[in-house]
Amino acid sequence: MSEGTNTSSAQAATQAAGRPTFEVVWSSLAPFIGLALVVLIFVVYQWLVTPERPFLSQYRMTLIAKQTAIVGMGALGMTVIIISGGIDLSAGSLLAVTSVVLAVSLRAGIDPVVCVLLVLAVGMASGLINGLLITGLRLVPFIVTLGTMMAFRGVAEIVSDNKKVSYQDAPNWLSTLLNAPPEGSYQGVATGVWIVLALALLLAIMLRYTVFGRYVFAIGSSEATARLCGVNVPGMKLTVYTLGGLFMAVAGIFAFANLGSQGSPTEGVGLELSIIAAVVIGGGSLSGGRGSVLGSLLGALMMTTLESGCGYAGVSTAIQRVIVGLIIVGAVAVDQFVHAQRR
Amino acid sequence: MAHTNDSPLLVMSGISKSFGATQALSNVDLELRAGEVHALIGENGAGKSTLMKILAGVHRADRGAMSVAGRKFAPDRPVAALRAGVAMIHQELNLAPDLTVEANVLLGQERIALGGFLQRRAHRDIASNALAPLGGGEIPLDVPVAQLSIARQQVVEIARALASEARVIVFDEPTSSLTEEDTAHLFQVIDQLRDRGLSIVYISHFLEEVAQVADTYTVLRDGCVVDHGRLPDTDLDHIVRQMVGRELDELFPKVPHEAGEPLLELDALCGDPMPEDVNLTVHRGEIFGLAGLVGAGRSELLRCIFGLDRTPSGTAHVSGRGRVAGGARSSIARGLGLVSEDRKSEGLAVELSIADNLTLSALGSYTRGGLLSLSARDQSVRQWLDRINIKAQRPAQAIGELSGGNQQKVAIARLLHQQADILLFDEPTRGIDIGTKAEIYRLIGQLAADGRAIVMVSSYLPELLNVCDRIGVMCRGRLREVRAAKAWTPEDIMHVATGREVAA
Ligand SMILES: Nc1ncnc2c1ncn2[C@@H]1O[C@H](COP(=O)(O)OP(=O)(O)OP(=O)(O)O)[C@@H](O)[C@H]1O
Ligand SMILES: [Mg+2]
Repeated sequence: MSEGTNTSSAQAATQAAGRPTFEVVWSSLAPFIGLALVVLIFVVYQWLVTPERPFLSQYRMTLIAKQTAIVGMGALGMTVIIISGGIDLSAGSLLAVTSVVLAVSLRAGIDPVVCVLLVLAVGMASGLINGLLITGLRLVPFIVTLGTMMAFRGVAEIVSDNKKVSYQDAPNWLSTLLNAPPEGSYQGVATGVWIVLALALLLAIMLRYTVFGRYVFAIGSSEATARLCGVNVPGMKLTVYTLGGLFMAVAGIFAFANLGSQGSPTEGVGLELSIIAAVVIGGGSLSGGRGSVLGSLLGALMMTTLESGCGYAGVSTAIQRVIVGLIIVGAVAVDQFVHAQRR
Repeated sequence: MAHTNDSPLLVMSGISKSFGATQALSNVDLELRAGEVHALIGENGAGKSTLMKILAGVHRADRGAMSVAGRKFAPDRPVAALRAGVAMIHQELNLAPDLTVEANVLLGQERIALGGFLQRRAHRDIASNALAPLGGGEIPLDVPVAQLSIARQQVVEIARALASEARVIVFDEPTSSLTEEDTAHLFQVIDQLRDRGLSIVYISHFLEEVAQVADTYTVLRDGCVVDHGRLPDTDLDHIVRQMVGRELDELFPKVPHEAGEPLLELDALCGDPMPEDVNLTVHRGEIFGLAGLVGAGRSELLRCIFGLDRTPSGTAHVSGRGRVAGGARSSIARGLGLVSEDRKSEGLAVELSIADNLTLSALGSYTRGGLLSLSARDQSVRQWLDRINIKAQRPAQAIGELSGGNQQKVAIARLLHQQADILLFDEPTRGIDIGTKAEIYRLIGQLAADGRAIVMVSSYLPELLNVCDRIGVMCRGRLREVRAAKAWTPEDIMHVATGREVAA
């Protein structure tokens, strides 16, 4: 009897070992494929329709990089939040808050370095508020952050007196964060892009190799199990949302630079949705437990490339929205289809 | 404090606990020595899991005290119990499905280097050391547990308790989803743990198992201790009497029934990747059993018949109502009903009430002009609760509050309620106590006598041999052999199930 069973369990083992490789390969390749497809479409368009105007011009790449830096920065925090089974709808409003806080505090004559630290603290505090409401009142993240999305927007309007706040004496390192480096420098891309890449690397390492990361996945995958195993679930959630707030603060600083040293209370309306879309396109699961930093960044890059490409091809914003919507649904559907195959 | 070998390692005294109006435990005492395996026995809802959840820090007792190794012990959270050396393997699997095997085994007990980094090598060693004695040596460490079979998932969970170096390990019905071979492995492990001086609490409805593995026992009935003692000195019939509170006349009551015309016909039915090429006819008034090892494709066959899984080729045909095609809705319309093996994730909606769960698939019968008549529904739900003896406070109670066995009964009641003609049961008595098992067997017999067809998967051979009219044995996705139940012996079944030829 044991002989027969052993072969069958050995078979099961090889099956179990054989399938994930395909899945792993798929989930890490899919965002690349998506991005490549988008680029390909516009390159083909260029080749067929406007050979005299290159799609991947210096100018357009800089534009894409700027926009990706902001969405991507937000997507980093959102990735952690989504893996942990949560969501943050207040991200776009928080971008406005932090950008105006930066502008207002700079205008008040505070030292720029202190201003930046202040902004980071504001971002973390806002994230912490989300986390406290979620864990303290045991409310669903969707509802809590829907509320703070409105509240934060209001705060941004109050702080800025509902006007754009500009500060033209900002130091160079701040105002040119997202500008392409001067010709001939070794820097290659804007400082902001480097910051995104560095933080992404750090975050990816944290998620993969530290207890923190493991608990984030555990909570998103099965909160009850994590609790039974002694994971400090409320503490983890506070950390996760605070981290999300921190990343949004950096995105807010980027936005300030991108607007030409301006903070705007109307900036980032609907941005949270692009950020969430980037995470989801990158393989994140809204039911938690799945997601990757690299995937989210690629998702962000894909979204901004698409946007910029539509502008290039003269597609109206209306149609552009339809396309983006279809792509989000399509990406998730394809992903689910692949995952369903294993069952 | 000095702790000698004959003073108990674990003492629970005067434990009481109520959930609202339900007195789950009253004044329960329990003692456990180092190196002792203690069986906790009782009917569904007797309070076994509740008592152990208090020990494991999931619930807090209303009254009573506990001590471990002479030290007062009052865990307020599971992790507090873990730190004090008490680990529990819960009745319902508790795993993070997206995490790998290794991460699940180490969850909550990660070895951490400077900066919060995981010590991956140490983790792999601990995980494989914990898995190896469980016969889980070939379970890949890097695979998400969602991709493992239920039996293997359970092995992973047991490994987690082993890795925690607990002194007291509670097993709440660990074998209900294990094969005989895995169970034998588990008993070896328990013996090893006993030899190492650990204390084990073992909850199971299989009394043969209990007799095999445990040294001492406690019987709970309605939250009170009604009997305790040493197992070698006690005969099982006595325990059953204590547990049920009356004489149990017969475990396999016979309800006379006779096979009529064919009702369900499978023609070369194939699934992806299992089952393969199954031909079978089940008649009205017939109970058909499916035997085989875990992973032989029995559950998959039921799912294909019911239309839950894709069937690339072949057909399932219900006489008079046509081909089954296109998912559960059409199957239900054709009179098919399925109780699936994994009740937590597929059978029941844990957040909904008993009434919702019971009537979900046949809500239509309570609507008047598009509105749901809740009072009519509650009334009929009450009848069902009585009819198959479900221990619950009221129809609106959340199903998650029921004891495991009672949840299973609700899942079965749903099929009866939707008046299915062909009932597909996947391990229908898993986690159900002896008294209720007898009731369920009687119920199944009754259904056959009413002219329904029953197909039932079970890994508990005595049940198949005594309840079914015909038994088919599956091996690696194929239905190898079908015979009248009387023509099978347990040995023959195991031979066919493991893929060997039976000597004629
Ligand atoms: N969280 C809860 N809320 C309300 N009632 C509960 C809760 N947990 C358990 N109960 C009730 O307490 C009683 C004891 O349940 P328990 O789960 O301990 O039974 P059990 O002996 O483990 O049964 P089984 O063999 O079916 O697993 C049952 O009547 C059950 O309905
Ligand atoms: Mg129980």
